[in-house]
Amino acid sequence: MTSSTKVEEYITDSLLRQDRMPHIWCPGCGIGPAVGCFIRAIESSGLDQDKIALISGIGCTGRVAGYVKLDSFHTTHGRALPFAMGLGLGNPELNVVVFSGDGDLIAIGGNHLIHTARRNVDMTVICLNNFNYGMTGGQMGPTTPLNARSNTSPYGNIEYPFNVPYLVAASGATYVARWTMLHARQLEWSIAEALTKPGFSFIEVLGPCPTLYGRMNKMARGMDSLNYYKENSVVRNGADPKDVDLTSDGPIVVGKFVDIERPTFWEQCQLVIDRAQAKKD
Amino acid sequence: MSENGALCGTYFLNGDEPCAEGAMSAGCRFFAGYPITPATEVAERMSERLPHVGGIYVQMEDEIASMNAILGASWAGMKSMTSTSGPGFSLMMENLGLGVMLETPCVVVNIQRAGPSTGLPTLTAQGDMMQARWGSHGSYEIIALVPSSPQEIFDLTIEAFNLSERYRVPVLVMSDEAVGHMSEKVVIPEIAPENLVTRPRPNDGREGYLPFKANDDLIPPMAIAGEGYRFHVTGLTHDERGYPVMTAEAQDKLVRRLVDKIRVHRNDIIKYEEIGVEDAEVIVCAYGISARIARLAVQQAREESVRVGLLRLITVWPFAEDRIRELAQQVKAFVVPEINYGQIVLEVERCAAGKARTLLVEHMGGSVHNPQTILDAIKKVAK
Amino acid sequence: MKLWRTPFDQAEKATRPAKVLIDKDRCKGCSYCVEFCPRGALVLSDELNPKGYTLAAVADESKCLGCGLCDILCPEFAIHLVLNFTES
Repeated sequence: MTSSTKVEEYITDSLLRQDRMPHIWCPGCGIGPAVGCFIRAIESSGLDQDKIALISGIGCTGRVAGYVKLDSFHTTHGRALPFAMGLGLGNPELNVVVFSGDGDLIAIGGNHLIHTARRNVDMTVICLNNFNYGMTGGQMGPTTPLNARSNTSPYGNIEYPFNVPYLVAASGATYVARWTMLHARQLEWSIAEALTKPGFSFIEVLGPCPTLYGRMNKMARGMDSLNYYKENSVVRNGADPKDVDLTSDGPIVVGKFVDIERPTFWEQCQLVIDRAQAKKD
Repeated sequence: MSENGALCGTYFLNGDEPCAEGAMSAGCRFFAGYPITPATEVAERMSERLPHVGGIYVQMEDEIASMNAILGASWAGMKSMTSTSGPGFSLMMENLGLGVMLETPCVVVNIQRAGPSTGLPTLTAQGDMMQARWGSHGSYEIIALVPSSPQEIFDLTIEAFNLSERYRVPVLVMSDEAVGHMSEKVVIPEIAPENLVTRPRPNDGREGYLPFKANDDLIPPMAIAGEGYRFHVTGLTHDERGYPVMTAEAQDKLVRRLVDKIRVHRNDIIKYEEIGVEDAEVIVCAYGISARIARLAVQQAREESVRVGLLRLITVWPFAEDRIRELAQQVKAFVVPEINYGQIVLEVERCAAGKARTLLVEHMGGSVHNPQTILDAIKKVAK
Repeated sequence: MKLWRTPFDQAEKATRPAKVLIDKDRCKGCSYCVEFCPRGALVLSDELNPKGYTLAAVADESKCLGCGLCDILCPEFAIHLVLNFTES
C-alpha cells in the first residue's frame, strides 16, 4: 500500500507561499533543504516573523525571496546586500536576512559583500554555494573549484576559487559558518544563532546542483553530491578560516569558524548622531 | 532651526548645499552616496547635517550600492536620496530601473559634468538629459526636474520628494556643475507639513493585500517592510500580487501601467516658466544654467525689437510636449541652447513636427554659452 | 538490550512512529528521502506525478522511527510527518 497523499497541513508550509509551490528548482537541488532549515530556524528562534525581511539577488537561489512568506524583496543581480543594508538602517527593528547564491553574492556582489562585512551591518547572510551559475545554465564562477568543468570552462577551470569564509572573516564578519545541505540540523541551529546575533553573520551552505555542475563533474545525481559531502565533510568548529579552502579532492571543513563581538553599524550610526547633537548644543 | 530640522533663514550657499537642505526639509532622513565631483558637496552637507536631525548618512562602496541602499531605505518607510555626477549616474542606471519596477519613491540628484567617460570632472555640461530619460533598459517613464539656481535646487529637491512619493517613482534632479558650484542667496523657509507629500498607504487589512493593485489613478498603495503585510516585490515582470509572471500579457499590463501612471498625470507634473511668449515669433526653449544665459540673450533681442520669448523647462521629463505643440502653431522657430550636442532639441523638434523650425545652439561642455551665440541664433531664425 | 537504568532522555529520544505523507504534486523523485531513511521505510514507486516525475512512496510504514530526516532533506517541501499518528 502506498500512503502518498495530498498534504493539507505542513509545518514548513506556514512560512512558504503555498500558492507558488511547487517551486522551479530542479530535482535534487540543494536550495530547498536550505530554505527548510531557514524556516525551521525562524520558528525555533521565536522571532517576530512580521519583523523579518528577506532579500535575494538574482539566480536560482535568488528565487528564495519569492517563496518565503515574509516581507521579501527580489532585487537585481549582486545588489541584495546594499538593498538590505538600506532596509535595515531605515528600520532597525527589522531582522534583515539575505539569502542568495554564490555567483550573486561573491562574484557580481563581491564588493558589496566585503564592505557590508567591514561595516558589520546587522544582517544574516545565507549564501548557497553550488559552485556554478545555475540559472544561466552552468557557467563557472569565483567558487568553482580548480579544474572543475562547467559550460564556460569546458577544459577545466583554471582560476583559483575564493575561500569564502576566509574572505568574509577577513572583511570583518562577526559570525562565519559553513555547512553542507546534508548537515541540516547543524545548519538550522547555525541559522537560528545567526538570526539572533547582532552584526554581520555569514553562513555558507554547500548544496548540490545535479542538473548542471553535478552533471559536468561526474555527480549527475543529487545523491552523488550528498555522498561526496558525507564522505568528505569534517566538522571542525573554531577552525581558522584560512585553513578551510575547498579543493576538488580535499576534505570539506564545516563548522562555525568565527563568533566574535564588534559594534554594529547601527550602533556606530547612533554614535555619529550623538556626537553631532552634542556639538550642536 | 525649524521642527523638521531645516535651517530656516537666508543664506549665501553654493548650489549643492541647498540641495541637501531641501532634502532635509522634505523629510529625507537617509542618504547613501559616493564622493564624486561636482556632487561631493551634497554628500558632505548631508554627512554634517543629517545626524542633527536624527538621519543616517552612509558612504557606500560605489554608486550601484548607493542606489540600492536608498531603495531599501525607502521600503523601510524612509524618504531617501543619493547624489552623483555622470560616471556615477551611469552606474546607477540598472537599479534606477529596479526603482521604477518596484515603484519605489526616492530622489537621485545628478550634478552634471562633461562626458563621455571621465570627461571634465570639474566643469559643467547638460549631457545626461537623454540618459535620464532612457538610461535604464526597457520601457518606462521617469520624472526629471532641472533647477537653474541654488534657490531653485532647494525648491525642486522638495518638489522631487513630493513627486516621488505621490507617483511612486524615482525622481531625478538634473542639475549641473555651474548651478551646483555657484554661490547665491538662498532663502530657506519653514516648510509646512501639509506641503509635503507622503506615499499612498494601504488602508484595508493585511489579509489579501496586493502590493501592485493600483488605485484608479494607476498608483498602488505602498506597504512598508515590518508591518505584517508579508508582501513580495520583484524586479521580474509581476502581477498584482507581486509574483513573477513570465507572459506577454503580464508584461503588457505592468509596463503599460508604469508608463501611463506618469503620462496621464503629466499636466499635474510638468512645470515650466514662460517669459514674453504671448507675441513671440521665436521661442528660446532652455533649461538649467542655459536658461539663465538664454534669458539675457532674449532680453537683448527684445531690446533690438525681435519678438522672442523664453520657455524655461523646469520639468524636463515628462516632456512638455503639449505646450510645445501649441507654441509651434504660433511661432516661426524654436531656438534650443543646451550644453550638449543635441538632446532636448530632438524632443522639441519632434513636438514642433515641422510646424516651426528648430535650431540647436550646441555647446560641448566645459563652460556655459556665450549669450551672444544664443542672440545670434535668435536673430538668424527671426529673419 | 537490557539497561541497568532508564536513560534520562528516554522519553524524548524514544522513536515516534509517524505517518509519512508525501505531496504528489511537489515530489520530483530525487530519492534523497529514500536513500537517507535509516530504516528503509521509503521507496521510489513506479507511479508518476502529473509532471512526469517518479514519486517517492512509503514501502513499510511500520519501519518508520519518526526521525524526520526525510522531511528535512526533501528539496521540495513535499514530505510531512504526522507524529503519534493514530488511525481514526
